[in-house]
Amino acid sequence: MTQTAYRIQGATGEWEVVIGLEVHAQVTSKAKLFSGAATAFGAEPNTQVSLVDAAMPGMLPVPNRECIRQAVRTGMAINAQINKWSRFDRKNYFYADLPQGYQISQLYHPIVGEGEIEINLDEKNPDAQTKVIGVERIHVEQDAGKLMHDQHPTRSYVDLNRSGVALMEIVSRPDMRSPAEAGAYLSKLRTILRYVGSCDGNMDQGSMRADVNVSVRKPGGELGTRTETKNVNSVRFVMQAIEYEASRQVDVLEAGGKIVQETRLFDPDKGETRSMRSKEDAHDYRYFPDPDLLPLELDDAFLEECRQSLPELPDAKRKRYEKDLGLSAYNAAVLTAEADTARWFEALLAEGARVQKKSEGEVAKASANWLLSELYGALNRLGRTLEDSPVTPEDGAELLALVADGTISGTIAKQVFEIMLESGGKPAQIVEEKGLRQTSDTGAIEAAVAKVLAGNADKVEQYRGGKEALFGFFVGQTMKAMQGKANPQVVNELLKKALA
Amino acid sequence: MSIDLQTVKKIASLSRISVSDAEAQAMVPELNNILGWVEQLGEVDVTGVQPMTAVIPNHQRLREDAVTDGDVRDKVLANAPQAEHGFFAVPKVIE
Amino acid sequence: MPNSTDKNALTDLTVAEIRDGFRGGAFSAREVAEAFNANVAAAKALNAFIVETPEKALEAADAADRAKAAGEALKPLAGVPIGMKDLFCTEGVQTTAASHMLEGFTPTYESTVSKKLWDAGAGMLGKLNLDQFAMGSSNETSYFGNVISPWKRKGGDNAALAPGGSSGGSSAAIAARLCPAATGTDTGGSIRQPAAFTGISGIKPTYGRCSRWGIVAFASSLDQAGPMARTVRDNAILLESMAGFDPKDSTSLDLEVPRWEAGLSSDLRGRKVGIPKEYRPDGLNAEIAALWDRGIEWLKDAGAEVVEVSLPHTQYALPTYYIIAPAEASSNLARYDGVRYGQRDLPDGAGLQDMYAATRAAGFGPEVKRRIMIGTYVLSAGFYDAYYTQAQKVRALIARDFELAFEKCDLLLTPTAPSASFALGEKQADPLAMYLNDVFTVPASLAGLPAMAVPGGLDAQGLPLGLQIIGRALDEQSVLNAGLAIEERAGFAARPEKWW
Repeated sequence: MTQTAYRIQGATGEWEVVIGLEVHAQVTSKAKLFSGAATAFGAEPNTQVSLVDAAMPGMLPVPNRECIRQAVRTGMAINAQINKWSRFDRKNYFYADLPQGYQISQLYHPIVGEGEIEINLDEKNPDAQTKVIGVERIHVEQDAGKLMHDQHPTRSYVDLNRSGVALMEIVSRPDMRSPAEAGAYLSKLRTILRYVGSCDGNMDQGSMRADVNVSVRKPGGELGTRTETKNVNSVRFVMQAIEYEASRQVDVLEAGGKIVQETRLFDPDKGETRSMRSKEDAHDYRYFPDPDLLPLELDDAFLEECRQSLPELPDAKRKRYEKDLGLSAYNAAVLTAEADTARWFEALLAEGARVQKKSEGEVAKASANWLLSELYGALNRLGRTLEDSPVTPEDGAELLALVADGTISGTIAKQVFEIMLESGGKPAQIVEEKGLRQTSDTGAIEAAVAKVLAGNADKVEQYRGGKEALFGFFVGQTMKAMQGKANPQVVNELLKKALA
Repeated sequence: MSIDLQTVKKIASLSRISVSDAEAQAMVPELNNILGWVEQLGEVDVTGVQPMTAVIPNHQRLREDAVTDGDVRDKVLANAPQAEHGFFAVPKVIE
Repeated sequence: MPNSTDKNALTDLTVAEIRDGFRGGAFSAREVAEAFNANVAAAKALNAFIVETPEKALEAADAADRAKAAGEALKPLAGVPIGMKDLFCTEGVQTTAASHMLEGFTPTYESTVSKKLWDAGAGMLGKLNLDQFAMGSSNETSYFGNVISPWKRKGGDNAALAPGGSSGGSSAAIAARLCPAATGTDTGGSIRQPAAFTGISGIKPTYGRCSRWGIVAFASSLDQAGPMARTVRDNAILLESMAGFDPKDSTSLDLEVPRWEAGLSSDLRGRKVGIPKEYRPDGLNAEIAALWDRGIEWLKDAGAEVVEVSLPHTQYALPTYYIIAPAEASSNLARYDGVRYGQRDLPDGAGLQDMYAATRAAGFGPEVKRRIMIGTYVLSAGFYDAYYTQAQKVRALIARDFELAFEKCDLLLTPTAPSASFALGEKQADPLAMYLNDVFTVPASLAGLPAMAVPGGLDAQGLPLGLQIIGRALDEQSVLNAGLAIEERAGFAARPEKWW
């Protein structure tokens, strides 16, 4: 750690903030954790509800294999201990979004134990500043339903579509010491989940949300009383909530007050946290093993399949891009930040190596540069993403190959790319149709050079008099005369000869 | 361990069962009687004994991940004391 | 075979006799259904039914008659009408668990066990009364009033007697010839004790034999459905249709259903029957002790060898049960909150949590509240290990006692209940005295073992007494066979004199 520690400046001196995150991540699955109802987002109210989800009398849970598998794969991705024996417990409390009167969760024997996540605090150079954040556990549990408060003056409405959807609760150690660290942790966790495919990470749809535990203390002192801000649903909001909550706590303590251990809510409009009145009750959840379910015993074959199906993870991939492909730390970081980007890039790379008959390492830099500048620039302009890019990795590789083998110049490549974006045509075809092929015909170029020099006798004089910077001018003029299609290397050679 | 009126009221509240003072009062000896009797379990030597987890040896089966249920809103809402616009309705909750 | 106009004679038939008589053409299924419907309609004084469904019985009967006329293959229970304990959810027919809470609740689904019975051709005479949420041993906790036993004490005492509980509607209805057989459920003795009180037979199969899906849950790790009827053979017939693997119940056993009826044999040569000495405490009712001794002689007569065995933790079974069952019940019954079905009590201006408390205060009877509160207490913070964990450890010891005993014998013979039926109201004042009724039945429930009650004789008051046979897990066949041996030798033919 080279960064200076994050401190809150109070009237009585500096304060340190201690942060732990409990992240609820919706497990990617077609059906719910304990019922066969669908999990898709945005359905009509109560249409994705089975009698099990509505906790009708006599209904019983049967676990979904895929949800268990995804939790195990996630655990493996953070190098966590996988518990071959785990079991589900009931967490008992009454609320209108909880039809059973209990949530099936895992308290005593979670499926995933201790693991860790390395966070990167400098986006431009990820390995420059890292910190390891401990993960205490991951357990699987049911999501609750949803209450709507604004549709009737005196009633709340209950929609159970989410009720019973599988969540992973990923509980960090209180290892974070600044809003930036918490933000980096959440970003990194999201990246890992999306790589693994165990959660889509769509925070705006509620697929990932964080309960933020914050306390403050004098640097190095005893841990303070913490508050828990529930259901914060973006990286930015998590950072804002911590900033607000930490300074609120400092204010309370410095005014001689005490921090109440309580549940709070983040108001994104005001950037503030406030106490949740409805959850004021001191809870006694009366956890006990769910007698409707048996212990979950995972065999070696199951674990092996989970391990085999794990993809290359973001850190490994980033390091490989730097080391084996020779990419800059920054490019490697950007290309690996999203699983989708890396997938696109690797397709581009593979195709490029194939058509150019080179190694991936040999085509990597040009591919990375083109993707990050040309393609990203175009997508930004069009308001699109890689997913709905009008250009495929195969098209991109073809275009890059045309530049590499001298068929077109970089400048012409930009033109071709614009045409590809508009018409969706294939690069080679566009080059042929529009006659954009680069020429190395020395006769034509010599004629153009002669014409340029003849038309700019004064500048030729100056160049020969020592103003060598004018060389670029002659190149530009020649290229212009050749409509950009001259091989720049040939132009250079012929110009030098003519000016000598 | 013997429980008092306040404990009875706390248990009732946790159980979400409203009780009058008289009812709670009547429950004090009743519950103490029963709890006093079950406490004899404390005398059993359970050293090295694992709590029972499955009544009959059996393993937890796992379902395949397929949508086989749901889309039965009418059935789900059929017995609701109050259902409106496809929702269950409850007294307004302030969060 | 009785002639087809003798309706009384029809209702005296056993399930096997009805099945075979119908197949042989001695009478039509409709005649049988009408005869039982008439008996049900004329027995309001027993209060055995909460809902009568004569049309359902006729519908199934007509289907059986049509199938027979068409020469189709007949279903195993074609022509047999039965009673259904009102703990089984029945589609389109009110299901209350004898509670005010579920008054008016009409399931949109059919429990697995009841569906299997209907699929086997049985018809439903109605929904049978029970102790509220199956909590009770005398059928005095039903919101719909006490079930009155058809039995009376000899010698002019006209006291209304308890039919046992919780399956008291089932036991009373069978003893009074309102139905030839019925379903029961047994959590700590709820099939066996009422069977003993009314001079009929009933078997609780191994935990997991019958699916719990669609049965209103009391205590998940103990609840098990089973048949009740007048003969051992009838129990075997019914159980074959009720049992079987159900993928919707995680605790269901994935095993073939044995052909129990075909396997019936009262020849016990080579079998060892254990007599657990702890079931003969000081002060055991002398008539019960005497019956037990007769039972031992009957089994010897059938060829069995009798050995004394020890189940040292027997005395702890009831306290263990009264921690585990209420703990599970407190959580299982949390779903009754007035939101999705059943009773709702919404005082003026009440909030959500007030609504819960008012609904549950009005919807649950005193015994249900008592058990919910005990369960809540034993699971609450600070008490969980001392009560619940300790109880699950003692439960493991109780199960081990049985395992060790079954190294020395194949079956156990014990009394079913510590007394004959008692007068309604007699034990109501003292919950604990009522709980002691289950002293002999609870241990097998805790260990999940198959156990059966068969009538052995009458006591001096002219009231039935039962014997209990407990077998190894999954060995229902041996239990039924020993039951048959007793049945053949006891020659129990007593029946209550009709007064209703």
